[in-house]
Amino acid sequence: MSAILPPSDRLWWKQPIDKVEWAWIAIAFVWGMVMFVMMIYWHVYGKQNLSNEAYKTTPEMFAAKAEKFIAENTIRTEIGLNGEEIPVAKVPAGGAGYLIARLWNWYPILELEEGQTYRIHLSSMDYNHGFSLQPVNINIQVIPGYEHVVKMTPTKKGTYAIVCNEYCGIGHHSMLGRIYVK
Amino acid sequence: MATTYRTCPVSGLQFEDQAEKLMRWNAVAGVLWLLVGGITALLVILTRWPAIKLLPADQFYLILTAHGIDMLILWILFFEMAVLYFASSTLLRCRLATPKIAWLGFWLMVVGGIMTNVAIFQGESSVMFTSYVPMQAAWHFYLGIILVAVGALLGTAVFFGTLVVAKKDKTYQGSLPLVSFGALTAAIIATFTILAGAGILIPTFFWSVGLIKEIDAQLYRMVWWGLGHSSQQINVAAHVSVWYLTAAVIFGAKPLSEKVSRFAFLLYILFLQLASAHHLLSDPGMSAEWKVLNTSYFMYFAVMASMIHGFTVPGAIEAAQRRKGYTNGLFEWLRKAPWGNPVFSGMFISLVSFGFLGGISGVVLGTEQINMLMHNTFYVPGHFHTTVVTGTTLAFMAITYLLVPVLFRREMILPKLCQIQPYLFGISMSVLGLVMMGAGTLGVSRRHWDMAFSGAPFQYEWPGAAYLMMGLTGIFGVIAVIGGGLWILLVVGSLLFGKKLDGGKVSDRPTPIPPSTQAASAVAHGSDHVGVPGTVVLALLLFVCFVLYYFVNWKYLSEVWLLS
Repeated sequence: MSAILPPSDRLWWKQPIDKVEWAWIAIAFVWGMVMFVMMIYWHVYGKQNLSNEAYKTTPEMFAAKAEKFIAENTIRTEIGLNGEEIPVAKVPAGGAGYLIARLWNWYPILELEEGQTYRIHLSSMDYNHGFSLQPVNINIQVIPGYEHVVKMTPTKKGTYAIVCNEYCGIGHHSMLGRIYVK
Repeated sequence: MATTYRTCPVSGLQFEDQAEKLMRWNAVAGVLWLLVGGITALLVILTRWPAIKLLPADQFYLILTAHGIDMLILWILFFEMAVLYFASSTLLRCRLATPKIAWLGFWLMVVGGIMTNVAIFQGESSVMFTSYVPMQAAWHFYLGIILVAVGALLGTAVFFGTLVVAKKDKTYQGSLPLVSFGALTAAIIATFTILAGAGILIPTFFWSVGLIKEIDAQLYRMVWWGLGHSSQQINVAAHVSVWYLTAAVIFGAKPLSEKVSRFAFLLYILFLQLASAHHLLSDPGMSAEWKVLNTSYFMYFAVMASMIHGFTVPGAIEAAQRRKGYTNGLFEWLRKAPWGNPVFSGMFISLVSFGFLGGISGVVLGTEQINMLMHNTFYVPGHFHTTVVTGTTLAFMAITYLLVPVLFRREMILPKLCQIQPYLFGISMSVLGLVMMGAGTLGVSRRHWDMAFSGAPFQYEWPGAAYLMMGLTGIFGVIAVIGGGLWILLVVGSLLFGKKLDGGKVSDRPTPIPPSTQAASAVAHGSDHVGVPGTVVLALLLFVCFVLYYFVNWKYLSEVWLLS
C-alpha cells in the first residue's frame, strides 16, 4: 500500500499512468529539449561561446612563446603595489596575446582595444588556476599542460581585473592581474 | 549465525539485531563527522565574512579542506550506509547478509576518515575536497579516502547481498518496495562512482609516494568528477528515497504510480554519470560538442527524473491527505499537514529548497555557455548548499527524528526545540544558498581568503552589493550553524538522556511481510484515485520560475564581452 511495502498490485507495471502525470512528464521532456536546443542555437547565433581551440603544451614551451610575445609587444612597464616591474604588452589588433598564469600572478598586463578581436593564449606554469575577468564576470579554467586559445572582443573601455578563482595555494588571494581596454 | 528480530511497537518496523547495531553505529559516526564538519563550517563562514575574517590564509584553506571532506564524504556516507541497511534488512524484514563484512566496511571507513583528517590537520594537505593535481597532498590524505571508499563499497555489497537473502528467504512477495528500489539505485550509482574514484585516487596515491611521475591535470579533473559529481547522485537517490519513506510513514502515502517513480530512479542510473561533464564546461581540453552532448542530452534526462520525483512526492502526500478528507480548495491538504512534526517539516523544506533553489540553479549552472558566468564563483557552493545541505542533509536530519525513537528506542528530548530545528536550519541554509549565489553572480570567487586581495600588485574593488551579499552569507551561515548544532545537541542529548522506550517483541525468526490482499489490489486499481490539483499548481510554479531564471541568465550572458 505504501512506498515502504511491496506494491500492492503485483503487476504494477501494467497500471495506467494518470494523465496529469503524463502531462508533467511531457513538460519536463520538452523543457529538456528546449534547453538542449538553446545551447546549439547559441553556438550558431550567440556571441559568447567558449573557444574549442586548445593544444597540449608544457610550461617551458608556453613560457618561451609568451616571453617572445612580451619582448615584441611591450609598450611600457608599470610598478605594482609591491614595487615589482610588470610589462604592459599591447596585443596587436586581431592578433595573438599570451597570458601566463603562475604562482601567484597573471603575467603580463595586456592592453586591448574596444571592438577588436584578439586570440588570447592561456596556460598555467604550475597548478590549476582560474581566469576570472572582473567586473565582466567571465570565468575560464586554466590548466597546466594545456594551451587554450580564447577569442575575445572587449565591448567597453576600462581597467579590468583578472582574479584567480581556482584555489592555488597560500598566495591565491594575491593573484590579481590586469587588462586595459582603450 | 544466530540472530534475533525485534518488532518496534510504535512503527511496526522489524529490526534484525546485527543490522540494527550497524545502523546505530553508522548513524552515530555520521553525526560525529557532522559535528567536526559543523565546527569547520563556522570557521569558514567567520573567515569569509569580510567584517570578521577570523583565520589567517593557511588555516582557512586547511579548515575549508576539512569541511569539504568531513561533510561531503564522511557525514553523508556514514549516514547513507545506515539508510542502505534500513532499506534492505529492515524494510524487507530479513537478516543482513554477511554482517562481519559490513563491520569491516564500517571500520575501514572510520580508519580512513581519521587518516585523511590527520593528514589535513597536519597541514600538508590543504588541497581542497577536489585535490586537483599537480597540487599534492600527503600520501595518507589519498590513502584515507581510498579506505573510506573501499569500506563504502563493502557496505554496498552487503546491501546487494541482503536483497538476495530477502528474495531467497521469501520475506516479501512481488517487487521491492519503492524506498528499497530507490536505495538500490543509490547503491548501483555508488558502485560505479567508487570505481571511478578508485580509477583516479589510486594512481594519485602512487604519484604522492613517487611511484608515478606525472598525472595529466585535465585527465585528473575528468575522472575525478566521475567520483565527485556521481557521489552527489548517490545523495539525491538516497534523499529522494527518504522523502518517499517520510511520506509513507507520516501519511501512509503510496506512490501515485509505481511505474513512473521507478522509471525516474532508473533515469538517474542511466544518465547522471554523464552529467559529471558539467564540471568541465569551462575547461580547455574538451570540445563544445562533447560538453553539449554530455550535459544536455544526458543530463536533462536526469533533470527530468528529478522533476518527476518533485511532482510525485508531494502528489503522493496530497493524494493521501485528500483520501483522509482534506479536500477543500487547492491546498487544505498542505495547510493541515503536521507542520509541528519535524519529520514532516524537515522533509518538506528539503523538497522545496532542493527543487526551487538547488535544482534550478544546478541546471542553469550546467548550461554550457552560461557556465562561464559562474564557474568557480561563489555561486557554485551556493548551489550545492541547496542540494547537498538543504536537500540531502536536511532530509537525513528529518528522518532522524523518526529513527531516534524507533531505532535507538529513546524519546526525543526538548520537543519544542525539535519542532523549531528544521525551520531554523532549513530556512537559514536556503537563504545562505541564495545570498551565496547572489555574490557569485557578482563575480566573487569561491575558495578565496581575501576579497581585498592583500599583497596583490593591483587593487580591485568588488561592487558594494558583493560585500553586502558576503555579509549576509556570514549572518545566515552562523544561523545555519546554530540550527545544525541544535540538531546535533538534540540527537546526542536524546541518545544519552532521552526516556527509554519499550523495544518490543524479540523473536529468533523474521516475520515476513504479509502478502497484499485481493481487496487492496482492487482498491489500487480504480476507486481510490484522487486528483492532485494542488501539486499541479506547485509544479507549474516551479516550472515558471525555472524558465524565467534560465532565460534571465542568457540575457546576462549576452551582455558580456564577445567570445568565440
